[in-house]
Amino acid sequence: MAMSRDDIFAQVQEVLVDALAVDDDEVSLESTLMGDLGAESIDFLDIVFRLEKAFGIKIPREELFPAESLMNEADLVHNGKLTDKGLTMLREKMPHTDLTNFEKDPDINKMADLFTVNAIVNYIENKLNA
Amino acid sequence: MRWIWIDKFKEFESGKRAVAIKNVTLAEEHLHDHFPGFPVMPECLMIEAMAQTAGILVGEAKKFQEKVILAKIKKAVFLDFVKPGDSIELEANMDSIAPEAASTSGKITREGKLVAEIDLMFSHIDQNLAGVEFPEDNFVFGSDTSVFETLLRDVLSKSKNTEVN
Repeated sequence: MAMSRDDIFAQVQEVLVDALAVDDDEVSLESTLMGDLGAESIDFLDIVFRLEKAFGIKIPREELFPAESLMNEADLVHNGKLTDKGLTMLREKMPHTDLTNFEKDPDINKMADLFTVNAIVNYIENKLNA
Repeated sequence: MRWIWIDKFKEFESGKRAVAIKNVTLAEEHLHDHFPGFPVMPECLMIEAMAQTAGILVGEAKKFQEKVILAKIKKAVFLDFVKPGDSIELEANMDSIAPEAASTSGKITREGKLVAEIDLMFSHIDQNLAGVEFPEDNFVFGSDTSVFETLLRDVLSKSKNTEVN
């Protein structure tokens, strides 16, 4: 299926508007899902389910939101911060994201900033063109 | 005692679809106050009834091994009042199910006429909140689920018979 990046963004925007009850103009490529759009953990699954339907693809959850699944692993998180093991895992799973700032204080609440609308659009674009 | 807002299942297709009936009666005391002189079934209880219909559909799909918790009300739209004497039909469809969660869409009708649309998300909490300790006992579908079993018994044995025939 050939879809332009703009078309993908428009669809992703619609999914996020429905899933998070936000307005169209709140969803830009730079928006962070948790910080800007108010997503909570269950919303990530809602978004995955909706994206699967919208684009007719299968999305393993840890593939789209790798960091989110790390947050649920007991030995990777301690006192609200990622452990060394958790950080190593995060680097492996998010090779294209600059983690320099995050590594200084790997507070899981700040992992929120790692999930952006842009990351979803990139992921879908790769998936459709694969 | 469990808080049950459906009276029986009419249809049950494992992992796909469930249809339940709720008969509303003035014997339900809250209707005397909601509202005095104008008894209507509270909309929040219609959501609860749908959550039970859809929640049992989700639970049964994993053989009641998961702790299924209502996690999100994606949509709840109400088009008409439900009054004592009404029999409402709650239909829940499974839209997606994954190891961690499930998503359902549902309609409530009365005599074929749409009364509400309620879409929900359920979490399998043991798969979602690792590191948080929950009682081992399945408090959703554990030893205290005899009521759910009763609700399902007839409709499940019916579908089993159909398979045999």
